[in-house]
Amino acid sequence: MSTVFIALQTNEDTRPIIEAIVADNPHARLNEQPAMVKIDAEGKLVVRRSSIEELLGRDFDLQELHINLISLSGNIDESDDELTLSWNA
Amino acid sequence: MDMQASKKKLGLKERYQVMTRGLDWTPSYQKMEDIYPYVAYEGIKIHDWDKWEDPFRLTMDAYWKYQAEKERKLYAIIDAYAQNNGHLGVTDARYINTVKLFISGISPLEYVAHRGFTHVGRQFPGAGPRVACLMQSLDEIRHAQTQVHSISNYNKYYNGVHDFHHAHDRIWFLSVPKSFFDDAITAGPFEFMVAIGFSFEYVLTNLLFVPFVSGAAYNGDMGTMTFGFSAQSDEARHMTLGLEVIKFILEQDPDNLPIVQRWIDKWTWRGYRVLTLVAMMMDYMLPKRTMSWKEAWEVYFEENGGALFKDLARYGITMPKCAEQIALEKDHLSHQAWSTFYNYGAATNFHTWMPDEDEMAWLTAKYPESFDKHYRPRYEYWREQAAKGNRFYNKTLPMLCQTCQIPLVFTEPGDPTKICYREVDFKDEKYHFCSDHCKAIFEHEPEKYVQAWMPVHQIYQGNCFPEGTDPTVEGFDPLAAVLKYYHLEHGRDNLDFEGSEDQKNFDEWRGMATKNV
Ligand SMILES: [Fe+2]
Ligand SMILES: [Fe+2]
Repeated sequence: MSTVFIALQTNEDTRPIIEAIVADNPHARLNEQPAMVKIDAEGKLVVRRSSIEELLGRDFDLQELHINLISLSGNIDESDDELTLSWNA
Repeated sequence: MDMQASKKKLGLKERYQVMTRGLDWTPSYQKMEDIYPYVAYEGIKIHDWDKWEDPFRLTMDAYWKYQAEKERKLYAIIDAYAQNNGHLGVTDARYINTVKLFISGISPLEYVAHRGFTHVGRQFPGAGPRVACLMQSLDEIRHAQTQVHSISNYNKYYNGVHDFHHAHDRIWFLSVPKSFFDDAITAGPFEFMVAIGFSFEYVLTNLLFVPFVSGAAYNGDMGTMTFGFSAQSDEARHMTLGLEVIKFILEQDPDNLPIVQRWIDKWTWRGYRVLTLVAMMMDYMLPKRTMSWKEAWEVYFEENGGALFKDLARYGITMPKCAEQIALEKDHLSHQAWSTFYNYGAATNFHTWMPDEDEMAWLTAKYPESFDKHYRPRYEYWREQAAKGNRFYNKTLPMLCQTCQIPLVFTEPGDPTKICYREVDFKDEKYHFCSDHCKAIFEHEPEKYVQAWMPVHQIYQGNCFPEGTDPTVEGFDPLAAVLKYYHLEHGRDNLDFEGSEDQKNFDEWRGMATKNV
């Protein structure tokens, strides 16, 4: 299994997002670097809108991720509810 | 931040469909080949442009909204940084040389990327890639502008960045990044997308932005950190576009595979050679290091790139062959590059120096196989010489590689004691290369690469002196004339950091910022 990752800026906007990603992906590893956070996961990583909204206490559009996104890897599938990163091999 | 997600009538996938393909039409009175004249000549076969899938499904209206939000955040920080004399908070003034390298070497490429994506976006018959290229072209001009705005603050206080674009088009080592992008935009639209969209953005961009920007943050440079992360937030979309391009082309026709593989091999190597500048920046120019070049290569290329190429194996794509040589060079690249710049420090728009004892110890720890054996002794010798007043500046112009335009300073794969030279005869002329890979790229398209503007050749031909210079007068100093042509001031913009005006000013200003005077 290959590793996928998502990297986000470290700030108040991303704190609940990171928390939600880590909760939804128990196999993910949090890798904190200066001013940024990289979340690595074997095979697949899911970012779920409902989990973020719960922590944020407001509606959240997954495309808001673009504001604080630094980098990612893997094939992307995005819908209104989920953003999934995965490798096929 | 005020961004309530509104109730939507259409789902993301349908909305994207309507706002991209739904806005396209089939021409009735013009022929497709007249409207899209460049789309066939590279040999790539596309049967159905509607098979294009943009995974982010970003539509123009959402694009403007999020980009505006990024800009507001960025400019608030740039202002705060400038108002607060943020430049005095960086670790030490040597750090600022990475910013000089960035603005003169990388920012002009952002502008060329903007032009490139505008051009290829116009050339693709599919609405999906056209919209994605339009967004990327706007991102790239934004990157160029925000970098100029952020770094202009440094220009008020430090030397070497006063005429970065003039420098980019002329200074010998800046021809390396410049010619890389010129090579890409003069290729066809599909090759450009594989070169920049895939090889550079997907495979290599993490190595440029993540360590550089994280390094800026670590060294107290909030201005650079912010424009870097702001640019990088677009990069995720660019990477996705790059990967989509590859998958789309390969799924369209099996005949596309060998063409695409050749481009991936070529552009991974071309991009890697440009990253030589990043390697030395990471290992030598950041006073506080985040990770070594070798570690960054292992994480972002060997691990992530490995996963990527494993994923692409289902299309028949293999890991570029140059990866083997790169693996052999990773213990040497940054040291050979820094040695070269230390040598040619009289002809650069930034300062160079020898690492101090602590930094040497760090290099030993990060490069146990190579540093003490091959590089430490030469640094100690140079340091000794400098202490005796013999700081060495090489004034002999080096032989350049016809493809990547880097001086022939790299060693043979597997033998770090022997410089690697390759040559090719083409139409009664001899051409030189740094490696088998650069040589092979030339041999495939010699008519293109013989046209390269080689800085050393140009100097010898007398094309790099200010107008009206007479090189035959007694006592003519060619280096002084070349520096004038570069718009560099000898003794201010160049030479060793030790004793520089930057060093002196920074110490004085920082003293004023922390004491009552
Ligand atoms: Fe860019
Ligand atoms: Fe080369």
